[in-house]
Amino acid sequence: MRIGIDVGGTNTDAVLMDGTTVVSSTKTPTTPNVTDGITTALRGVIDESGIDVSAIDGVMIGTTHFTNAVVERKHLTETACIRLGLPATVCLPPMVDWPDELRDVIGGHYYLAHGGHEFDGREISAFDENEIRGIAQQIADKGIKAVAISSVFSPVNTVFEEQAAAIVQDVIPDASLTLSSSIGRIGLLERENAAIMNACLRELAIRTIEGFKSALETMNIDAPFYMSQNDGTLMNADFAKEYPVLTFASGPTNSMRGAAFLSGLKDAIVVDVGGTTTDIGVLQHGFPRVAALAVDIGGVRTNFRMPDTYSIGLGGGSIISTDPLQVGPQSVGYELTTKGRIFGGDVLTTTDIIVASGKEDIADQSKVADVAADLIAGVEDAIEEMVNIAVDRMKTSATPVPVIVVGGGSILIQRDVAGSSEMVKPDHYPVANAIGAAIAQVGGECDRIFSLAEMNRDEALEQAKAEASEKAVAAGADASSVEIVEVEEVPLAYLPGNATRIMVKAVGNLKEG
Amino acid sequence: MTTLREITHDDVLALAIGAGVLGTGGGGNTYLGRLRLERELNIQGHPCPVISADDVPDDALVCAVGTMGAPTVGVEKIMAGHEVALAVRALEKHLRQDMFAIVIGEIGGSNAIGPIVSALQLGLPVVDGDPMGRAFPELQMDTFMIYGVSPIPMALADSHENVVIFEHIQSALQAEAYARSLTIEMGGSAALVMPVMTGRDMKAAIIRDTLSLAIDIGKTVLHARETHIDPAQAIAEHTGGAVLFRGKIVDVERRTVKGFARGNMTLVGFGDGDDVMEIDFQNENLIARHNGEVVCTVPDLITIVDSEDGEPIGTESLRYGLRVAVLAMPAPDELKTPQALAVVGPSAFGYDDVIFKPLIATHS
Repeated sequence: MRIGIDVGGTNTDAVLMDGTTVVSSTKTPTTPNVTDGITTALRGVIDESGIDVSAIDGVMIGTTHFTNAVVERKHLTETACIRLGLPATVCLPPMVDWPDELRDVIGGHYYLAHGGHEFDGREISAFDENEIRGIAQQIADKGIKAVAISSVFSPVNTVFEEQAAAIVQDVIPDASLTLSSSIGRIGLLERENAAIMNACLRELAIRTIEGFKSALETMNIDAPFYMSQNDGTLMNADFAKEYPVLTFASGPTNSMRGAAFLSGLKDAIVVDVGGTTTDIGVLQHGFPRVAALAVDIGGVRTNFRMPDTYSIGLGGGSIISTDPLQVGPQSVGYELTTKGRIFGGDVLTTTDIIVASGKEDIADQSKVADVAADLIAGVEDAIEEMVNIAVDRMKTSATPVPVIVVGGGSILIQRDVAGSSEMVKPDHYPVANAIGAAIAQVGGECDRIFSLAEMNRDEALEQAKAEASEKAVAAGADASSVEIVEVEEVPLAYLPGNATRIMVKAVGNLKEG
Repeated sequence: MTTLREITHDDVLALAIGAGVLGTGGGGNTYLGRLRLERELNIQGHPCPVISADDVPDDALVCAVGTMGAPTVGVEKIMAGHEVALAVRALEKHLRQDMFAIVIGEIGGSNAIGPIVSALQLGLPVVDGDPMGRAFPELQMDTFMIYGVSPIPMALADSHENVVIFEHIQSALQAEAYARSLTIEMGGSAALVMPVMTGRDMKAAIIRDTLSLAIDIGKTVLHARETHIDPAQAIAEHTGGAVLFRGKIVDVERRTVKGFARGNMTLVGFGDGDDVMEIDFQNENLIARHNGEVVCTVPDLITIVDSEDGEPIGTESLRYGLRVAVLAMPAPDELKTPQALAVVGPSAFGYDDVIFKPLIATHS
């Protein structure tokens, strides 16, 4: 059996699953000390089901903890960045586009060195061991242990970053290193930004993941545990200590993966209604569609593969104002159960309206008996329009597609969404995110520029697929279950030799035992 | 239009937006350019002076500058930053005459911003004007080339401080071909200085005041956002153009032909599914048809902007579901002569059956 846990900003959700069956589930408030919330959630699902903890094969945790650390500028470690690419790239040094206060928090230390590659694999300049050794010594003298290393076109050739890492490790034996090539894609600043953020989060990651481990120990669970990543696949706990940034978008990803699992649909629109916002995303082949543009995290541009979601200010706690009629974006959020009218409060929310309409029966319906029929109709129309427009924005064609509704605020969606072929509100919809964590697979990626003058397209594709599959197996996938789920080819305009960027993603089931 | 005297920090965002609007869907992303200009203004500690074309003496030398190459390379191998300045200095040495000012090679898209960075480094003013008034995909689509300015001497430079000067070349088309292959050798993107010319030749062919126009358009958009008025309508009023259509993108089809991203998009009107606009593009937007009838063609400008915030949308970012306004803006007169239309009119992009009918400015 598996336990899936989603640690959100407001709630920590947990589910216990036996194969594809949900045995028990729970929702508890997230605690400032994340470990306590997780312990409570674990106790909740285990006690409710009455199972023996030895029956648990694995625990999968999704968390927004590291994203919040960057957004709130808290718990970040002083970090140095070494970039290899001289004489190129001087005009935009590392962290040039960071908000000042975030750069200041981590010290803003950077060093430019020779190295780097051209798009076709030629060296920009030779690697200079003495130069790197000198830089490493300066970093050691400052007492900095967190180091990010980036090199131009390292997604095409990783060797310079690896050589530099070996030297830094030699000079600073207890340094914790992040290589940009192991995290991001083409786009130097964005990839380097991700590497620096990762480096400054690693101490926090080690503490947090040790905290998760001790929560499991408290509950006498000795099964391995995993963290969910941006793309809906898992990483083991030790890997997560090295790559905390890979958890940044695990929240929306897990809820979409959970929606796919619960509904059995692989291609659909997912409408995840929370307390304050509704996130709309698109499932393609059972995975979230990835955003094409750069994604900002705490004011820093990155090129992570994040799910392409569109958020609107509509949730179960959205406040209704009249004259003129407006739904949200202000919300009572997690205080719905004290401030909402049906719960005895004095704020009129979307949830109150749905109860007043008689379509749902929650708490005390009599407290909203005075709400006028035309107000109810007006709010229902407004919700319908907000959702219709948002869903339409995310569609890739005019063809009707299934719409899956999940999340704690799902009761708001009472009408069919325009352009939907069917409306699905699956069982266990409030904890879809924890289910998404529980069922996650493991994956691997290849993203490189191939010269189709040197090999034909089929050979290049085969090579990319083999690389992605190998990475999936290295990440813990059962080799026999690995399949290619995404292939993208981008011919590069204005370049000769048919230079083509090929991106392949492979996923497989987690190897048991 | 107010006379632009200098570029300061306050102009950078407006310039990036305005250059995007004049980019007509092409010209590349302005994000890195914006960062570079903000940083260079900090380093230099003073604004970049701007002069009008007519401030340049007849016998003084000026040169147009820009970056050539694949945008995908430019976002990874960021330039050293002084490549253009090096090429300009090499040409000065070669010609034994100093430059008087820098001319922007292309006001549409990312190439609008780099020349200002270079002018700051060189300590030269930048001329308020350019030879395109928008973005175009090829070197010869430029009023300097169209009106007979010689492409040589021209220079390319890379991050290794390699500088190549072309002393003789037969035609603007050959200049394009040679520059393109040298750019590959230089790592896929390179600084380009072309043409070098006298003040007299520059004044005879340049499109005036396009830098002012770009910044004004950007400020119009920023002002519209602050005051919650319709940005598309505000741009149209400012440029003497028109909002051709408002609606939603329902289809985008793309194919790569000879290294260019060609394709077309279909939009339907808000509230009226039978009201349809189709737009063809090749890097830039070329032809707009409203319910089957051609309503705007290159060289007039067709730009797609977000219907809510007026942000220009590049052809690479088009996708189903975007809610947009389609802007048409009249091309400068310099692009509408028979001589110019042969190079930048519909037929130059393979539309032999489409006749260019100029948009008429909706206000003076």
